[in-house]
Amino acid sequence: MAQTTAVKEHSSKMQHRVAMFFVYLLLILIAALMLIPFIWMLSASFKLNKDVFTFPIEWIPSNPRPQNYVDIWTRIPLLTFIGNTAKLTIIVTLLQLFTSSFAAYAFAKLKFKGKNTLFLGYIATIALPWQAYMVPQFMMLRSWGLNNTHLAIILLQAFSAFGVFLMKQFYEGVPTELCEAARIDGLSEYGIWARIMLPLSKPAISTLVIFTFVSTWNDFLGPLIYLTETRLKTIQIGLRMFISQYSAEYGLIMAASVIALIPVLIVFLSLQKYFVQGVASAGLKG
Amino acid sequence: MPGTAAPAKAAPKKGMNKSLRESLIAYSFIAPNFIGFCIITLVPMVISIGLAFCDWDGVHPVEFIGLQNFLDLLKDDTFKASFVNTIVYTVGTVPLTLVCSLGLAILLNQKVKFRNFFRTVSFFPYVASLVAVAAVWNMIFNPAMGPVNQLLSMLGVAQQDLPRWAAGRDTAMITVILFSVWKNMGYYMVIYLAGLQGTNLELNEAAELDGANKWQIFWHVTLPQLRPTTFFVIIMLTINSFKVYDQMYMITQGGPGNATMTLVYDIYNVAFVNTPRYGYASAISMVLFILVLIVTLVQFRGSAANE
Repeated sequence: MAQTTAVKEHSSKMQHRVAMFFVYLLLILIAALMLIPFIWMLSASFKLNKDVFTFPIEWIPSNPRPQNYVDIWTRIPLLTFIGNTAKLTIIVTLLQLFTSSFAAYAFAKLKFKGKNTLFLGYIATIALPWQAYMVPQFMMLRSWGLNNTHLAIILLQAFSAFGVFLMKQFYEGVPTELCEAARIDGLSEYGIWARIMLPLSKPAISTLVIFTFVSTWNDFLGPLIYLTETRLKTIQIGLRMFISQYSAEYGLIMAASVIALIPVLIVFLSLQKYFVQGVASAGLKG
Repeated sequence: MPGTAAPAKAAPKKGMNKSLRESLIAYSFIAPNFIGFCIITLVPMVISIGLAFCDWDGVHPVEFIGLQNFLDLLKDDTFKASFVNTIVYTVGTVPLTLVCSLGLAILLNQKVKFRNFFRTVSFFPYVASLVAVAAVWNMIFNPAMGPVNQLLSMLGVAQQDLPRWAAGRDTAMITVILFSVWKNMGYYMVIYLAGLQGTNLELNEAAELDGANKWQIFWHVTLPQLRPTTFFVIIMLTINSFKVYDQMYMITQGGPGNATMTLVYDIYNVAFVNTPRYGYASAISMVLFILVLIVTLVQFRGSAANE
């Protein structure tokens, strides 16, 4: 009797090992699929155009050419593009964080007339694609003289219903007793927001920062429509311009692409530990 | 309404003032976002509906033309192609992304080593710049020199049988769909991971004691618990597929011919390339708007059914 259970246990352990082997195999395959384009990009960015497509692939170039990373700055005004994008991204992210978390506090913790109607109105517009009303929006902002200004892009991105929704879902998880205790201690509502809610909402803030930073840094259609002057362009539009003008400059295109990826990589890696938690708290039931 | 009952217990006059004060404070919290949101989003939305029934090139005065724009749409081959392509793209992308992201989330919900590394790696394509990854994708899938076709030809695929990927009439859409699954599955994986964290593990253990195998547990215990997540993912994926544009712009330029032209691409072309026809572009926007509205209504019904 005892022997058979031991055998059974042994075989189930074996089974578990075999299963885990396949799990790891699959995971490594997927990770490779996800990473190979980026590794190929990095590798090609150090090559001469004629060597980019040699096959079998030379993952580590035999005579690496860092010159691509020097040349790209003079071939296109890359520094201007990066400066513009950084400025837009930082302003938009800060504005979104401020306005969203501010509004979310009222929706989550304060009583007021018309709260539910107003919130439903916000939710209803989340699904509505910007593309469906980008044309009249462009006409409107152009008539205010905002065509070819960074202000247009900032206005476009700074007020999002999604941000309000995300922050509100998180704030609702914060115990109301905390706010009440603070009120008794004489803190104003603004004080509660600044000293209690904001410091507690790191996961939600990180999630919103990742989303806003990424979508502003990578935004394409907005800047494409509004910014036609080279001195105002963002990195995505500038990179795209370079690609369509010099489609055969493979090495340079890849070097510029690597540079365009780095800031997002940094922000993402530094905030990603909060990310799953943040998405989880955003909740699937609205 | 039920909220007004509680303060009434306090001295009536003071209570009124207090609730008014509370409301004013609340409005001051909402105002910055709400005012911006109204001007930048709500107003154009309303204008968009009106503009769809007008003819306007931005120079001459606006002219009301009733349903003419919509009648023109029915005769417009580019519009018809872009409508069909948008649907085809959606039908191709949604199930494929769903299955891949769910599978990946289940793998990454196990107690595996380097779990965070694998999660980060799977999520990275989603945050990476579209222009940059589309550029590398174009090179890797270059029909003449790209490593994918070189590998295929090394494996014995004849030169004339090699897929032409983004340049082929039949393969262009598939290429874009594959790209989109690769780029976006990490995002939906995170949503599924969040959903999996909310599932009840005791149910799994009970099923295991009853002799269910892993597959049965997944199919009969885990998956039903994930239904709200799956529903949410399908809705998000569908809406995001309806508004696809930039992937086509960067990988196929809508071609070959109109093979990968989409609704938003068409809107962009009509409004911002060639002579602008803002009214006509708004009419196409209305079609997009209605598509999204249908999905949203399904969502409202569905989430009501789920509760």
